[in-house]
Amino acid sequence: MLPGDVLRPRTGGWRTGQKPAVDLSRCVDCLVCWIHCPDTAVRQWGAVFQGFDYDLCKGCAICVEVCPAGAIAMVSEETALDPGGVVQGTGVLAHGQG
Amino acid sequence: MASLKTLALLEEERPGFSGGHSLCAGCGIPPIVRTVLGSIRGPKVAISATGCLEVATTRYPFTAWGVPWIHVAFENAAAVAGGVEAAYRALSRRGKIQGEPVTFVVFAGDGGTYDIGLQALSGALERGHRLLYVCYNNEAYMNTGIQRSGATPYAANTTTSPVGSLGKGKAERRKDMTAIVVAHHIPYAAQAAASHWQDLSRKVERAVQVDGPSFLNVLATCPPGWGHEAKDSVKLARIAVETHYWPLFEVVEGHYRITHRPAHQRPLEEWLNLQRRFSHLHGERGADLVCRLQEELDEGWVQLLQRDAADAEWFRALEEAGA
Amino acid sequence: MAKVELALQVLTGAEATAHAMRQIRPDVVPVYPITPQTPIIQTFSRFVADGKTDTVLVQVESEHSAMSAAVGSALAGARTMTATASQGLALMVEVVYIAAGLRAPVVIAVGNRALSGPINIHGDHSDGMLARDSGAVQIYALDAQEAYDLTVMAPRVAEHARVLLPVMVGQDGFNVTHSAEPVALLPDEEVQAFVGPYEIPYALLDGNAPSSHGVFAMPDSYFELRHQMISAVEAAERVYGEVAEDYRRLFGRWLPALDAYRMEDAERALILIGSAAGTAKEVVDDLRAAGEKVGLVAVRLYRPFPHQALREVLAGVKRVAVLDRAASPGTYPPLFSDALGAVQGTQVELRSYVYGLGGRDLPLRAVHRAFRELLAPAHARIGYLGLVGEDDDGES
Repeated sequence: MLPGDVLRPRTGGWRTGQKPAVDLSRCVDCLVCWIHCPDTAVRQWGAVFQGFDYDLCKGCAICVEVCPAGAIAMVSEETALDPGGVVQGTGVLAHGQG
Repeated sequence: MASLKTLALLEEERPGFSGGHSLCAGCGIPPIVRTVLGSIRGPKVAISATGCLEVATTRYPFTAWGVPWIHVAFENAAAVAGGVEAAYRALSRRGKIQGEPVTFVVFAGDGGTYDIGLQALSGALERGHRLLYVCYNNEAYMNTGIQRSGATPYAANTTTSPVGSLGKGKAERRKDMTAIVVAHHIPYAAQAAASHWQDLSRKVERAVQVDGPSFLNVLATCPPGWGHEAKDSVKLARIAVETHYWPLFEVVEGHYRITHRPAHQRPLEEWLNLQRRFSHLHGERGADLVCRLQEELDEGWVQLLQRDAADAEWFRALEEAGA
Repeated sequence: MAKVELALQVLTGAEATAHAMRQIRPDVVPVYPITPQTPIIQTFSRFVADGKTDTVLVQVESEHSAMSAAVGSALAGARTMTATASQGLALMVEVVYIAAGLRAPVVIAVGNRALSGPINIHGDHSDGMLARDSGAVQIYALDAQEAYDLTVMAPRVAEHARVLLPVMVGQDGFNVTHSAEPVALLPDEEVQAFVGPYEIPYALLDGNAPSSHGVFAMPDSYFELRHQMISAVEAAERVYGEVAEDYRRLFGRWLPALDAYRMEDAERALILIGSAAGTAKEVVDDLRAAGEKVGLVAVRLYRPFPHQALREVLAGVKRVAVLDRAASPGTYPPLFSDALGAVQGTQVELRSYVYGLGGRDLPLRAVHRAFRELLAPAHARIGYLGLVGEDDDGES
């Protein structure tokens, strides 16, 4: 079996009502969420954080827990967001305990 | 130690492991795999034992592996890896393979390492194959539905060490697998946790440099098996280190060194209270069992401090020689 | 006609096999000692120590690990051979099945020996039969010369693009492994040229494209993947025939899937596997001398089973005794069941006998008894040849 032979499976359907969203104005590109994501659902390009891959994200919320900048929060699946779950503007996300 | 930016750039260029697999939400295993693969420069081959990682990442016709990968059975990952490594030696010797040196890395769970795979691991370590063996240790047979293993800690509730009117969880202590490995006189062994990814990455870099077998015992959190919130995976691994439940240390040619000393030892209850497998220990009714568990941790930590102190001079000399 | 000069040496089957391995020069040999296979690996280890081959020997801690390392090595892209017997093969069997499923062309030399318990170190075919449904090709030698020849032929069968399966080359424990006889060895370079380079698709160490081996198959794919393996086992019959034909053309030695002895106009015949063919041929000669129309079929290629070839060789034969050196407690033994499948729909009658368990000799009088009993209509009971008290009364 060779990688790339078939389309990758999507595991975004595992989420149970909540998805991560990021306030990019708070993000410091430390990539701590990237290394701890079990599903490679944190997108980065050139070591710069790019938001989330909702096709892969299972909604575990580890990223919310490990973000040292408090830039990530879980929001309702229905919330309309820019691609990758990016929220524009400071302080839009309401944070629970981090 | 590679920085996260370096690891990210490397993974971007050539992903060794990707999402879309069916490991549980919040599983502690993938960050270990990605950190290990990312910390190895040059070509590498991964060898898996049967277990969560293998089943969930290679469901035909999909594969999460971007590096050459092989799985044969549960108890033989070290033997398979030894065969692959021997093939590499033979083909290199005969000039059939050229290019950058290849690193061989095994990923096996605690069942495939502490229990059913122990014999094959022992044989491979004794024969001196040049390979890195990574045990992702989630402390029970999670793939088959949470049965106790030789790595399951004392008092843990599993489906085969259930808490009941008589049962108080697992009645026995966990094996000291790292010490068993060290007894094979291999050049490098260490304990690590994904919460301390820099420490893990540094250990991988050291491990793959030695001329012979190396071993990493890495604590892997397990939301369904331990009964913790998926979001708490990293936090729990950190607490394991800071309670001395899972000390971070390395053993270089038989010499022990603690690689991370928590500023303060956190109370064991912080570790226990986040996990349903220890819910029978929460509060007063588990006091005796908690006491025994605490004694076990304290005994291990004191022994580790003593070893670390005894070997400090050896490491100083090593570093002076290296500098 | 043989085109090459053959050098005769007095060798045991085990030594002859080790010579074949030296001449094949496999890249990797992971192995663990067990009687009566041990002299194969001892002799081969001596060849390595003396620089006669630069094979990487992996001295594993068990046969399970031997076969595991062999699968890893073979799929990595290295020609790989191992050897075992009896309990060792039993321990290995889990991985022999996997080797077939993962299409790892490992050649396994087997010194066939009884299975415990009680423990016994002597010859029978119980160990090979334990692996008969594994998907490994099984070939059985009649003597030390054949152990050598078949070992030389085995990589060609195993590694053929239509096969890619493990191949077990069996030789009877002690009767062949430890019995010295003149064996004609081919020149080293002829063996090298005959086996050719080791080439498999998707080698793990092929740096150009990473591949995943040993993946997890659900009910939507497992059946098809296993069916591919089953088809490969079936294809191995034809490939074996081609390799045997090549071997005859080049070296003048002919080892077809079935060794038919004096079967031309035979009315009664025996079928068996392995070294007992020598004893049986003596009896056939005696009976032929007395004017009886009898013959013998020795089965070399046991998996895949050459049903059609057997059917053809038995055409015209009235009654056949199938002699198994293994039992299948509670039902008919393995070779009988295979032969029954081959003659279904024909008029050939089969009788089942078990002989030689745990190294018990097959006496000439027991073979006579089997032929004698074929004079009467066949019946369903299984006979036991050489069992104390069984041969004397002529009944079973």
